[in-house]
Amino acid sequence: MVAAAAREIRDGELVFVGMRLPMIAFALAKRTHAPRGTGLFENGIIREEPASTLLYTMGDPPNLFRATFCGDMISVMSLLQQGRVHVGFLGAAEVDRFGNLNTTWGRRNGQAVRLPGSGGACDIACLAQRTVVILAHDPQRLVARVGHITSPGNGNGGAWRRAQGLPARSGPSAIITTMGVLRFGDDGEAFLASIHPGIRVEEVLSCTGWALRVSDNLAETPEPSEAELGVIREIDPNHFWTKT
Amino acid sequence: MTGAASSKLVSMRQAVDEHVPSGSSVLMGAELEQMIPFSAGHEIIRQGRRDLTLVGPISDILFDQMIGAGCVSRVMAAWVGNASAGVGYCFRRAVEHAIPNVIETVDYTNFTLAMALHAAALGVPFLPTYSALGSDLLKSNGNLREFTSPVSEDRLIAVRALHPDVAIVPVQRADSSGNSHMWGNLGVAIDGARAARKVIVVAEEIVSPEVISSDPNRTLIPGFLVAAVVHEPWGAHPSPVQGYYGRDHAFFAEYHEQSRTQGDFEHWLERWVSNVASRADYLKHLGDARITALRVREHAFTAPADFGF
Repeated sequence: MVAAAAREIRDGELVFVGMRLPMIAFALAKRTHAPRGTGLFENGIIREEPASTLLYTMGDPPNLFRATFCGDMISVMSLLQQGRVHVGFLGAAEVDRFGNLNTTWGRRNGQAVRLPGSGGACDIACLAQRTVVILAHDPQRLVARVGHITSPGNGNGGAWRRAQGLPARSGPSAIITTMGVLRFGDDGEAFLASIHPGIRVEEVLSCTGWALRVSDNLAETPEPSEAELGVIREIDPNHFWTKT
Repeated sequence: MTGAASSKLVSMRQAVDEHVPSGSSVLMGAELEQMIPFSAGHEIIRQGRRDLTLVGPISDILFDQMIGAGCVSRVMAAWVGNASAGVGYCFRRAVEHAIPNVIETVDYTNFTLAMALHAAALGVPFLPTYSALGSDLLKSNGNLREFTSPVSEDRLIAVRALHPDVAIVPVQRADSSGNSHMWGNLGVAIDGARAARKVIVVAEEIVSPEVISSDPNRTLIPGFLVAAVVHEPWGAHPSPVQGYYGRDHAFFAEYHEQSRTQGDFEHWLERWVSNVASRADYLKHLGDARITALRVREHAFTAPADFGF
């Protein structure tokens, strides 16, 4: 999952990093195929070199130590609104077939559960050139229609984003799950593009809350290389964020 | 040194008593996960304030605690929870079950909250953004309104300016009249201090005006904006202050476990807030071992900048 996320970053890109797994994905990309990537954090930090230790939050002191830039939120978020940020990573409680995200209202045993809210997620989903969502593959989380659009994906499909006034070059690019990688068709709907080693298509379909389309050219997600695994183990030695 | 007449130094108790009445809107957590004014929040709880509007992008567990303690009737924020553990149980209980009281939530995104404070800091009624177009936040937050640009065909969101009654801003060092040096990630602190009608600065250290004027680029809050200066070392624990102490990750995890039910939370509140007289008392409670472990181990001073002429 982390290796697949890292591969979404191309060399030289500006990356809105976020927290947890994406932080490791960014560090992994920097150490492997994208050494010239730059990480942006909405609290006001820009880093050319990932922090040297594992972080719990983007405001942890090691993330400020030897940063390239420390300033305020607008000085970083403005880069996003200008369209300069290539890719942003997001987690979510729920994502739907059009890549809309909900982090405001969840459901548990039929009851509404108030979740923390957007943070910067809606801003990233609206304004980054590409948005990559990372979450566990579970039918409760990959749902036909989110109950609340905290962060817009492709709305109800088609030209919805343009109709809302969202930037032309923006929108969901991939959903990376514990089972595979979903991408988006021209109609704005997600399809299964790649499946992780050892997972069967039927498993993915039964764990998805809608009739997920499968690519005619379904690929197998490449296993993490020895080099990638070595870096992941180095970054997260106690497997706090990663299981493998 | 400044004379006694210009000194704004007061205790946290005095600052809250004088500047944070019930019914106020209060900006806290402006620096996001760094420098959250926990000691100020705890004093507000001890003084029994009610009907507050809390304003902040993310607040980590401070907003959760103040909500659980019954101080809050409205939250204007982008994210309310526990950055280490996810949800905040007190926030959930208040929104879902009106425990201990009903609260209104006005949901923002980080950027739109920053824009709201920036608009106020600029002295204009709103600022335009493309963010939040297509989001359901527009349905519940009347301070985010769609409009068509007068100079193009673009649809945009007008983010209404937000003027908190008081901003409580932790800084690394300040002089006694409130001129404040801060460094690290700044979040919405600079705009927040200008947007607010009053500012309370909470300083790790009080320094002479000569220290402040030696590095004027680092003066991010000019003293004339400041109503009160509180000298409160470790005032942000368990959040970090760059160059002073680290983040107490365990404290956030413990709070998560100890606030699962309202009863659990009330025990937590007695132990860490109600039965604690002051920040000095809190630090005794925290214990030397924990404090030592959080102190900066290796200092990293910046290269000096030459202001000579």
